[in-house]
Amino acid sequence: MCDQTFLANVFGSCDKCFKQRALRPVFKKSQQLSYCSTCAEIMATEALHENETLASLKSEAENLKGKLEEERAKLHDVELHQVAERVEALGQFVMKTRRTLKGHGNKVLCMDWCKDKRRIVSSSQDGKVIVWDSFTTNKEHAVTMPCTWVMACAYAPSGCAIACGGLDNKCSVYPLTFDKNENMAAKKKSVAMHTNYLSACSFTNSDMQILTASGDGTCALWDVESGQLLQSFHGHGADVLCLDLAPSETGNTFVSGGCDKKAMVWDMRSGQCVQAFETHESDINSVRYYPSGDAFASGSDDATCRLYDLRADREVAIYSKESIIFGASSVDFSLSGRLLFAGYNDYTINVWDVLKGSRVSILFGHENRVSTLRVSPDGTAFCSGSWDHTLRVWA
Amino acid sequence: ISGSSSVASMKKVVQQLQLEAGLNSVKVSQAAADLKQFSLQNAQHDPLLTGVSSSTNPFRPQKVCSFL
Repeated sequence: MCDQTFLANVFGSCDKCFKQRALRPVFKKSQQLSYCSTCAEIMATEALHENETLASLKSEAENLKGKLEEERAKLHDVELHQVAERVEALGQFVMKTRRTLKGHGNKVLCMDWCKDKRRIVSSSQDGKVIVWDSFTTNKEHAVTMPCTWVMACAYAPSGCAIACGGLDNKCSVYPLTFDKNENMAAKKKSVAMHTNYLSACSFTNSDMQILTASGDGTCALWDVESGQLLQSFHGHGADVLCLDLAPSETGNTFVSGGCDKKAMVWDMRSGQCVQAFETHESDINSVRYYPSGDAFASGSDDATCRLYDLRADREVAIYSKESIIFGASSVDFSLSGRLLFAGYNDYTINVWDVLKGSRVSILFGHENRVSTLRVSPDGTAFCSGSWDHTLRVWA
Repeated sequence: ISGSSSVASMKKVVQQLQLEAGLNSVKVSQAAADLKQFSLQNAQHDPLLTGVSSSTNPFRPQKVCSFL
């Protein structure tokens, strides 16, 4: 038997210059093409040049990163808790569950307060979105989404509509109607379209625009009326899990956190990332601005919450304890920013003294992971949602 | 060109870093002092911090009124 390898002499049209030549196989992005010997040589030289450019860009990037670290280190003259040493310690906190909202048939994934400080919208794994009157615990509206895992929901500033979405990759707006004969689902408006799940959504300061974050790694700003994409924000290297808009006085920025362990601050008008922070050791599940707008807190699967100051451009505090080993899923500040409430996957809520960095209280009650947590607009209470199917209002 | 996308993305990384390097940052001592001041100034208006009484907090149980 003959065992010979032949050099197949293919003759045909070159895939690059289309001239009739003797062709050889060439690999481009794992795709096999047939190039003539001239084009194959050109490709080899170009690849060489490219490697040089890539190498020089990489070294420039390294240099810049080094410079940034140096500059940041120079400004790091003190820790936040040192500055707060003389501040009076906080006393004992008596915070209890004042209301329990029961009605969801599965894990509660997200909630938001209405500006009227009493209504709450919540969404769950079973596809249900419910609007509650938290004073009376009555359900005022309920709608079933066509998908399960409704991971995001938000109340419109006017109180007249809600937005929600999840595994359907969309964000839809439902006007709230008090007409008993009207079917809420009939007036549904699809606003945002992503190529992966919707993880977070928020109205801007009007009912007209919505900001979304998605598992597709991007955030986007949409016009509610037309469904038009106004701006998209690219930069995260993995799923974006959360976002928060800066308090209106501070201007048009928002912060987002993702599975790439990065928290990024964006300019809403240009779509540019203005600052990025990468100190967490795992996914960032929640981000929330400090009330003055000069800082923001984050909660992560690495079991820590951290505070980043935007003007100092660095992390200024870590809220952690050796005994806390489960991820923080959701964080929010009290009205003055002195307290940070954080819900964890170990079913508890820890209350942190933001300035001193110490834990002031630990709240028990939920029977499964705390997945979402928001302080009410007037700061009189906060609401937590859990995988135990309930929401609790604490005060 | 097979590698052009990585060159393009590397360029973006460099541009982003140049942008960040141009920021004029403030010392932590200054930033921290501002955060502290904000919290202390607003402390009295923070119901969850000060713990408002039952009569003003809609969620706290109301004391039962009895008619005399």
